[in-house]
Amino acid sequence: MSALEFIIFIPFVAALAIWLGAPARTTALIASTINLFWVLLLALRLPASTGGSELAFTSRHVVLDNPAIAFAVGADGVSIIMALLTVLVTFAAIWQIVDKPAMYHIASLLISGGALGAFLSTDLFFIYAFHEVALIPTFLMIAIHGRAEKEQRLAVAWKTTIYLGAASLLLLAGLAWAVIEFSGGGKLTFDLVALRAQALASPLPVATQAPMFFLLLLGFGALVSLFPLHSWAAPAYATAPTPIAMLHSGVLKKFGLYGLFRIALPLLPQGAQVEWVQQALLVMLLGNILVIGLVTIHQTRLDDMLANSSVMHMGYLFLGLAAGTEVALRGAVLLMFAHGVSIALLFAICGRMRNQLGTLEMSKLGGLGSHAPFLTVVFAFGAFASIGLPGLANFAGEVMIFLGSFTNGNAATTFIPANGLTALHWTVIFSLWGVVISAVYMLRGYRAIFQGTPQTGLFMSDPARGQWLPLVLLAAVLLLVGCFPSLLLDLIQAPLANVAPVTP
Amino acid sequence: MSVFTLEALLAVLGLFVLLLEAFVPSVSSRTLAGICMAGVASVLALLLTAAGGEEALPSFVSAYHQLDTLALFYKAFALVITLLVLWLTKEAAPYLSKFTLEGKLGEMFSLPLFVCVGMMWMASAKDLVTVFVALELVTVSFYVLVAFARKSALSLEAGVKYLILGALSTGVLVFGVAWVYGATGALSFEGIAAAVKSGTVNKTALLFGSAFLLAGLGFKVAAVPFQMWVPDVYQGASTPTTVFLSVGSKAAGFVVLTRVVEALAVPGSLVRDEIILVLSFAGAITVVVGSLPALYQTNVKRMLAYSSISHAGFLLLALAARDSARVDLSPGGTVAFYLATYLPMTVLAFAALVQLRLSGRGEEVEDFKGLAGKSPLLALLVTVAFASLAGLPLTAGFFGKMWVVIGLVDQQLWFALTCAVVGAAAGFYYYFRVILAMFTPVESTEVVRMNLSSKAVCLLLGVAIIALGVYPKPLQRLLTKVPVAEAATSPTH
Repeated sequence: MSALEFIIFIPFVAALAIWLGAPARTTALIASTINLFWVLLLALRLPASTGGSELAFTSRHVVLDNPAIAFAVGADGVSIIMALLTVLVTFAAIWQIVDKPAMYHIASLLISGGALGAFLSTDLFFIYAFHEVALIPTFLMIAIHGRAEKEQRLAVAWKTTIYLGAASLLLLAGLAWAVIEFSGGGKLTFDLVALRAQALASPLPVATQAPMFFLLLLGFGALVSLFPLHSWAAPAYATAPTPIAMLHSGVLKKFGLYGLFRIALPLLPQGAQVEWVQQALLVMLLGNILVIGLVTIHQTRLDDMLANSSVMHMGYLFLGLAAGTEVALRGAVLLMFAHGVSIALLFAICGRMRNQLGTLEMSKLGGLGSHAPFLTVVFAFGAFASIGLPGLANFAGEVMIFLGSFTNGNAATTFIPANGLTALHWTVIFSLWGVVISAVYMLRGYRAIFQGTPQTGLFMSDPARGQWLPLVLLAAVLLLVGCFPSLLLDLIQAPLANVAPVTP
Repeated sequence: MSVFTLEALLAVLGLFVLLLEAFVPSVSSRTLAGICMAGVASVLALLLTAAGGEEALPSFVSAYHQLDTLALFYKAFALVITLLVLWLTKEAAPYLSKFTLEGKLGEMFSLPLFVCVGMMWMASAKDLVTVFVALELVTVSFYVLVAFARKSALSLEAGVKYLILGALSTGVLVFGVAWVYGATGALSFEGIAAAVKSGTVNKTALLFGSAFLLAGLGFKVAAVPFQMWVPDVYQGASTPTTVFLSVGSKAAGFVVLTRVVEALAVPGSLVRDEIILVLSFAGAITVVVGSLPALYQTNVKRMLAYSSISHAGFLLLALAARDSARVDLSPGGTVAFYLATYLPMTVLAFAALVQLRLSGRGEEVEDFKGLAGKSPLLALLVTVAFASLAGLPLTAGFFGKMWVVIGLVDQQLWFALTCAVVGAAAGFYYYFRVILAMFTPVESTEVVRMNLSSKAVCLLLGVAIIALGVYPKPLQRLLTKVPVAEAATSPTH
């Protein structure tokens, strides 16, 4: 047994225990605290534990011989960063559940366990399966405890289910296709390590790679709300109960990108660089940044604004993917972590405001800073991080992505003045406007809610002493990673992708 | 132990229970259930322990009786499902007896034994006549079982429909057998396989006969276009009988279908392509025709009937994907594996319906509302069962579907694959509606109580679903093509 297996199973066992009658809050808190410290410990030990190989803490139990499926776990820098994000957000999400049915705890734990399983498994079957396990409680919680009238929240829940269900099917088709192509008529294997070794040794022809990568891009992309497939996300986050919104937008959604970075890119490195795939991706991510950015500006409710901003920021991560250079990819991993922490923080505060104020219509709010100075400061951390203020975690990630798109890595990113700017470079230039857009809506929202003269009849208090811990924790992480991004970046030792060499 | 000991023991037990019930009116249905269950359990134990000690079959028997891996597997399968049905009948007795004449359930306990004998015999059958006799034993017993709740109009309707269509399908089957015999000059599967390979057969006559043969079996397994009877009969029959029809009768149909298809579509066969075409097309349509109406059902029992049609479609597709190098399992093995996963999830779903009836509720989706609050354990187990029926990864249902899909991809049956995906996607919707209902909180302090045996059996089924979903290797090994001698020494199911 590897430590990772325990980490994956602790949330499931805790969920089962609560279901069978254990005290909900205590059990969930104990489980999430253990996981938080354990993953932190593993992250500290990771550089020493890999021992030359790519993965640390590996373990493997064969489930089937042919097709070869095994419950295999293992962690490298990227997966341990994602695991760290998961346990951090889980801890915060569970901590802030107060006076709610046990189902809130169970659902949060199941999402957490599913996400950990997906991030720490190294077998395609289990990666896929754990993600599905995490999706189900998300749907159920939106449908049952969503914050809207029954008809509306059922509609939102079904929309999310159908979108993500269809995306999962696309994804399954793409993964199955990849597995079959790589088997080359022989035994099928779902082992990611073996598949990646094979992709390095005998890559598929580019003509196959391109459509396969595009299929995976659509499948994984819809899970991350890539532009034309994004319309489920904003209503889902605005409707979902607070811990679920935190966990899904902060953690589970990143699964799609994680999949693209860990599965699609290493297996099909040339497919990502094919011109039509690249251009389609650039158009879609600009849709995320600019179109959804403008949509976000026009939101009048705080929860809608946050939900849309979360969709918008995914565009930067896809930009890192499109660039495909080492710097950009590392930046994207860092930004995944940073975005997860900042959006979870914002949703946590948003949930509290909804409970206390009864409305999130920004025109009806104002001057809350004088009621709740603590929340105002913490919200500012989240909001500024999300804009990309230097000193907070998101900044480092975004800068690396932008700069990485201009470095010498492959044909699209190499900047040769005589040849002018490539499509990717133009995209970066347009994407930079996204930072301005973010600043516009976040600062406007911040001013409308926290500053100005207090509205009569509205009151919001700072959380009681026990309740500030998760918020402070998340804000502190944003600051710490923002000042010392190398803390996380140094964990990523192996190169993320075998990028195609520059063809002069 | 000689060849027919197990079947003979069960048949004698069945007759004994029948007589006991007739001549000793004071005997309670609990006692009858206990006797039957003990009998079936001991026969199962005999099969598991003594199967290895089988001596060579005498020549006059070996002509029509075989004991290969599949036969042993299906025998154990028949015994397990019979045991579960008997248990479910005993559980359901308090409300079932309201609908029967004189409030008695006597034959409800002895008839399943005869069905079981028929299924076990069928598993070993080597020729079409034996198949026919065994199939009739099963079907005739089912005629009575389906209509047993005499005071319920639905049950009577179901009985009449099942009787008429069942009799018709028997006629069609015999007609097909006659034509195949006429075309090939053989009744045994080996003889048929040899004849269709030789190329001296009249292809038109053979195809004509095969069409009727497949149609007759299509009725039994509820393949489109012979599925019309299923929703009404499943809904009308008492729940234990529905389980038996849905699992037992389907397995019986598929063991025969496996043998027939293996004979007719043997490599080099004259009609191989046609048979595969028919199976893949019928399977694909069956999946869709089963899934789409299920979307609109409000009655869970009826929904499960449609879902049962859709599963039959997947099983047909498993047979359509002839031997694939990508999978260790033969098509027959895939079917057997699928049925092994289908058993616990279906029984568990229907057992939940029985529990709801016992607590005074109905069988509508509405009646599942708030079950999570009233019985967390039952709700959890039903969630597992329905997730598995939907084919979610980490549950048993996934691997059955996975093998079918791999087979289809390998044989490049794209139309069938598309239909399978559509069916599976629709399945997510209608199964999850029930799960959603269970977790919807309602204002009520009512509690659904389960007795100890229900808890234990349901828990066992739930654990089986998860176990097969995360560790299918042992079962797959068991069903992988192995020589008979080796198969006999390994424990069955």
